Amino acid sequence: MKYLGIEPQKVRVGVFDFTGCEGCELQLSNNEGSLLDFLSLLEVVNFREVSSDEGQDYDIALVDGNISRADEVERIKEIRSKANILVAMGSCACFGGVNQQKNRFEIDDVVKEVYGEHKVETEKVKRIADVVDVDLEIPGCPVSKKEVERIVVNIVTGADIKIPKYPVCVECKQKLNTCVVDLGQICLGPITRAGCDAVCPTGGVGCLGCRGPAEDANFESLKQILMEKGHSEAAIVERMRFYGAFNDMVG
Amino acid sequence: MIKKTNMKINVHHVTRVEGHGNINVTVKDGKLIEAQWAVVETPRFFEAILRGKPHELAPTLTSRICGICSIGHTLASLRATERAMDIEIPKNAQSLRLLAKHGETMQSHALHVFFLAAPDLLDVNSVIPLIESHPAVVGIAVRLKGLANDLCDLVAGRTTHPVSLVVGGLSKAPKKADLEVMRKRLVDSLDDVATAVEVFKGLTLPDFVRETEFVALKGEDSYPWIGGDLVSTDGVVKPEDDYLAMTNEYKEDFTTSKFTKLSRESFAAGALARFNNNYDFLCDEAKATSEALGLAPVNHNPYMNNVAQLIEIQHAIVESIEMIGELLDDDLKDICAEYEVKAGQGVGAVEVPRGILYHDYTIDDTGTITKANCIIPTTQNNANIHHDMAELVTQQIELGKSDEEVTKLCEMLVRAYDPCISCSVH
Repeated sequence: MKYLGIEPQKVRVGVFDFTGCEGCELQLSNNEGSLLDFLSLLEVVNFREVSSDEGQDYDIALVDGNISRADEVERIKEIRSKANILVAMGSCACFGGVNQQKNRFEIDDVVKEVYGEHKVETEKVKRIADVVDVDLEIPGCPVSKKEVERIVVNIVTGADIKIPKYPVCVECKQKLNTCVVDLGQICLGPITRAGCDAVCPTGGVGCLGCRGPAEDANFESLKQILMEKGHSEAAIVERMRFYGAFNDMVG
Repeated sequence: MIKKTNMKINVHHVTRVEGHGNINVTVKDGKLIEAQWAVVETPRFFEAILRGKPHELAPTLTSRICGICSIGHTLASLRATERAMDIEIPKNAQSLRLLAKHGETMQSHALHVFFLAAPDLLDVNSVIPLIESHPAVVGIAVRLKGLANDLCDLVAGRTTHPVSLVVGGLSKAPKKADLEVMRKRLVDSLDDVATAVEVFKGLTLPDFVRETEFVALKGEDSYPWIGGDLVSTDGVVKPEDDYLAMTNEYKEDFTTSKFTKLSRESFAAGALARFNNNYDFLCDEAKATSEALGLAPVNHNPYMNNVAQLIEIQHAIVESIEMIGELLDDDLKDICAEYEVKAGQGVGAVEVPRGILYHDYTIDDTGTITKANCIIPTTQNNANIHHDMAELVTQQIELGKSDEEVTKLCEMLVRAYDPCISCSVH
C-alpha cells in the first residue's frame, strides 16, 4: 500500500510469552473480521506461537504472562532493552493473574503437591512491572481483542490511548442486563474498570475483577451491600484475590 | 546412500506451538545417542492452588490452564464436580455444552491445521506470507476459525475463557434466532471444508510410521467427546474413574512436563487416537473425507494427525447442525439444575482437541475442594513425541538426510501433535 508513491514503514512488533496460558496472544489471531487489515499495518518480526521468524528489531513488544523463574527475569530484561514501547498484556502480566494465587502458599509446598519429591525450579509470581519498566498495561483475562487492536493502531498512528476508568456496571447497564447481584451473586462489577463489554454479567455470572480497580472504587461500600445480601466476607475476599488486581485493598 | 555419521540438533523454543519446548538430538558415529523432547515451560501449580477453593470457582480458575482449550478445561472441571456431588444436568444443557465443545474443537483444529502446520507443508515460516501466496486457503482458515469462535461466543459467552458454563448446566441460554443464523452459517461452511479437503489432497505429509498405542474415550453410540469408558488400540478398556491406571504418570529430569504410559513405553491421544478408536461413529461425510485423504484406522503415522483434525472439523460441523436443529425444536428454559452441596470425589474425562483431559476433585461438605488432580492430553503425548523422535531420527540417518532436513522433520513431528505445552505443565 503506497502513499504518494512511497511505501510507508510498518511498525515492527514482537509478541512474547511468559508464565501463563497464552490466551492473550491467541486473542491476537482472533477477531477474524479485521485480522488481515490489522496485520497489514504491522510487521510482525517475532511471534513464536505463530511464526518461525525470530527478528530482534522490534519497536513494540507485547508481553503476556508473568515472571515465575529466574530465566524469565533475564529474558524480560533483554526484551525491555530492545523495545521502544513495552506493553504488558493481560491480567497475568499486569497483576499476576490467577497464577499469583500460588503466592498464598509456600513454594516447597506447591512443588511437593504437584511433583512429589522431584525438584522443580519456580519462584513467587511477579508482575512484569515488578521486574522492568512497563509503558502501558492492557488488563483483562483474557484481554479484549478489540481493545488490543485499537490500542496498537493508536500507538502506530500516534493517537491518544484511552482505557475506561468507569466501572463495568456502566457497560452492563447499557446492555440492559438484569443485575446479577439482585439475582443473588457476588459481582465485582461496581469496583472494576470497564472495557470488557461486561461480558461476564452478560453471560449470567458475576464479575471477578480481571481488569483491576475502577477510578474511585469503593470496596468497603460494595462489601457492605454484598454482606447485607447474605454473602460472607471470606467469599467476597476470595473473589477479589482471584486475579490479584485488588490485593492492595484486601491484603 | 551416505549414512549420516554425526549430528547435533538443538532447537531452543520450538516455534508455532503453544508453549516452550526444546528439541535435542545427538548422533555419533552413525548411532543415535539421544533424541530428546524437553518441555521447559514454567509450571503454574494449579492443583496446589485448587486446594481450599470454593467448587463453583474451579471451572473459572482451571479454564485459565489453557488459552486454546479453555472450554474443554471448564467442561472437565464441571464434570468432575458434578460427578462428585451426583448432579444430573438437564438434557438441553448437555447439548449446549457439547455445542460449545464442538466450537472449540473446530477453532483449535483450524488454528493448528491452517496457521501452525500448513506453513511447513507450503515451505514458509508462518501463515503471514500465505496471505499473499495462498489467499484462498487463508480465507478458508480465517472464515472457519471465525465461525468456530462465534459458535463458542454464542453458547459459552466467550471463546477464550468461557463465562456461562456453570455447575449444574448453563447460566444463560443462547437466543433461538441467533442459533438459527448459526445453523445456516454452519451449513454454508461445509463448502469451505470441501475446498480445504481438495487443497489437502495436493499436499504431501512425511512418510513415517512407528507402531503406537492410541488412547481415547470409547464411543457407545456416537463419536465420543464428554465422559464414558476409556479405550486403547492395544485392547485396554477401563472405566472413566480408573484414569490413573490408563495414564501412569511419571517424571523425567530433563522435562518439566510429566510423561505417561500404558501397555508400551508411551501412547498417543488426540484427533488421530480418536479416529483410530472410534472411526465407525464418524458421520458419512467425514468417512468420505477420510477415504479421499487416504486415512484409515488404525493409522500409525503421527503426521496424519493433521488430516484427522480436518476430518473432525467436518464431523463437528455436521453434528452441530443436527444438534442445533433439535435444540430449536425444544424450549431452552430448563438449562441449569438446582443442587445440594455435598462431600464426594469425582472424575471428569473430556476429549479436548489434543486428547483426553482428566480433572479429579475431592470436595468436602462445605463445597470446598480439598484435593485436585488434572492430567492433560499433551502430558500424555509428550512421551510419545519423545519416542517418535528417536525412531524418526534413526530412520533419517539411515537415509543420509542433512541436519536441516532432520531438524525440520523433528519440528514438524512436534507440531503434528499440536502440543499445548503451557497446559501440560499446569
